[in-house]
Amino acid sequence: MLTRFKSLALPLMAASLALTAAPAMAAEITGAGATFPAPIYGKWAEAYQKATGNKINYQSIGSGGGIKQINAKTVDFGASDMPLTPAELDKNGLMQFPAVIGGEVLVVNIAGVKPGEMRLTPTVLADIYLNKITKWNDKAIAALNPKLSLPDQLISVVRRADGSGTTFIFTNYLSKVSPEWKQKVGEGTAVQWPVGLGGKGNEGVAAFVQRIPGAIGYVEYAYSKQNNMTYTLLENAEGKYPMPDDKSFADAAANANWTKSAFYELLTNEPGQNAWPITGATFILMHKVQDKPAQAAEVLKFYAWSYEHGAKMAHDLDYVALPESLVKLIHTTWKTAIKDTSGKPVYSGK
Amino acid sequence: MADIQKKSSSLGDWVFLNVTRLFAMLTLLILLGILASLVYGALPSIQKFGPAFLWSSEWNPPMEDFGAKVHIYGTVATSLIALIIAVPVSFGIALFLTELSPLWLRRPLGIAIELLAGIPSIVYGMWGLLVFAPIFGQYIQPVLTATLGRIPLLGALFQGAPIGIGILSAGVILSIMIIPFIAAVMRDVFEVTPAILKESAYAVGATTWEVVWNVVLPYTKVGVIGGIMLGLGRALGETMAVTFVIGNSDQLDSASLYAAGNSIASALANEFTEAVTPMHTSALVELGLILFLITFTVLVFSKLLLLQLARGEGQRT
Repeated sequence: MLTRFKSLALPLMAASLALTAAPAMAAEITGAGATFPAPIYGKWAEAYQKATGNKINYQSIGSGGGIKQINAKTVDFGASDMPLTPAELDKNGLMQFPAVIGGEVLVVNIAGVKPGEMRLTPTVLADIYLNKITKWNDKAIAALNPKLSLPDQLISVVRRADGSGTTFIFTNYLSKVSPEWKQKVGEGTAVQWPVGLGGKGNEGVAAFVQRIPGAIGYVEYAYSKQNNMTYTLLENAEGKYPMPDDKSFADAAANANWTKSAFYELLTNEPGQNAWPITGATFILMHKVQDKPAQAAEVLKFYAWSYEHGAKMAHDLDYVALPESLVKLIHTTWKTAIKDTSGKPVYSGK
Repeated sequence: MADIQKKSSSLGDWVFLNVTRLFAMLTLLILLGILASLVYGALPSIQKFGPAFLWSSEWNPPMEDFGAKVHIYGTVATSLIALIIAVPVSFGIALFLTELSPLWLRRPLGIAIELLAGIPSIVYGMWGLLVFAPIFGQYIQPVLTATLGRIPLLGALFQGAPIGIGILSAGVILSIMIIPFIAAVMRDVFEVTPAILKESAYAVGATTWEVVWNVVLPYTKVGVIGGIMLGLGRALGETMAVTFVIGNSDQLDSASLYAAGNSIASALANEFTEAVTPMHTSALVELGLILFLITFTVLVFSKLLLLQLARGEGQRT
């Protein structure tokens, strides 16, 4: 009995060692943060794994969570829709670079209203979120939408329950267009909302808006497009009503000046005839001094690959890939900003 | 335990005694350790806000102004609603299973109840959001507003937009979750009532209801109250099912149960991983400490209730 066991044990142990030893070469990097770009990061990661075999593990836990995890060094990179100020970056030894540009839309659930039919102005939107306009057939909304028959229905405001860069971009926009909002609530990844149900993640807000009649919420455009939700048109800084798509997001981003320090640039309420008012870039956060230079190099290789090959995938989801000049600037910044503990740059590409 | 005869016990007995003693002590130590770490984590927030934390309804992360009133109200309200619905229903289920149901139905029904208890809470949350909330908002909430909403004082609880998400919805889903626990415990203790007590009552002409209310329940009250406290404990700490349907809103401006609210467990689940400032984290830990104390208070209260009821009994032989 014992001899039979011994004769089986050796081949079994050898087999298990062989199995564990074999695929050790493929790299696996982890990142966490914003839900805003999660659809496109997922697509890029899938394509990158097919192309190179390296695995990217991205958890969409919200920008606040991404910032916290990269500070705690539990992930290789953090993702945040809210850019950190140069002072905050220095305090934690981080650097940031933009990955992709996207837009946020307001989605509604009103019987009889189709996508792209309803029009809202910045003041009306701010008043809805300040709980000053409470019904859909309010005079202010009806004046903007003479062709729609709006019901006598209470507006159920939906916003984010978790700490979110999507919220930051939205509240930054509201602070720019409404002095009352700026004074009462302000901007941030989590604010004290005057009214509203909290959904968890972009997914949670989308789920609430789809299920509650008379709801309005803000989601990243990819979520609205993928779930066929009823988005509204929003008046931009020039008084026009552009359609939300990658052209209007790109228009908003065209005026950005990226050579300012540390890529700290907000794209809300930008000038431009066709500019979408709630646009934002989403950022990747990494430590300036890397304890694990090999992992850091893999992160940068992934993003370099995505900048080069991922533009069509981004376009399909209505994100805007970064312009060529910006990508060159980012490559240069990688070489100077991210170093290992001995001072050698981590990125070795062009 | 000191009077165990040491000279006749072998080494094995000594080891067994002390290992089991260690396990028992370990449980107590872990409890005290959790309490200590909660207090330590909550200290900055306790020092900053003091007792006003308990009745402040602010929750402003950018301004670092926190208060637990909304969360305490949400936790207590949803658990109370859950109990009000679950206790009579569980009592009815246990009564049916032990006294009224035909024999062939008892086992399948009992198994069905136990299966309900095994469903993970996040499944209840998803079901609540996707299936229950729309039905609740469309069919049940308007009916409640039209009937109970007209009663002078109580009616204020049933006003507002029937969106299907809110404190009442969370309470109803919690009640569905705790019914299996309470029903199972009640059924088990009803079954172990000595037959001779029940037979004697039937023999002097008592009806089924009189037997249950006057003989079975007093005999089993420890188990029944224990079962209710078990359900209440689960309802107080339930996270995932509540966070999907309670609406996660930090305002407390209306008495209506239709309004969205927030519970302690739900707030912790949503915000703990992203609380960037130390004061935010400390305020959340203080919320956890408050929940710990609420559960502890409920337990003490149940023990006192049992003591009070035992005083009314005759002497045990």
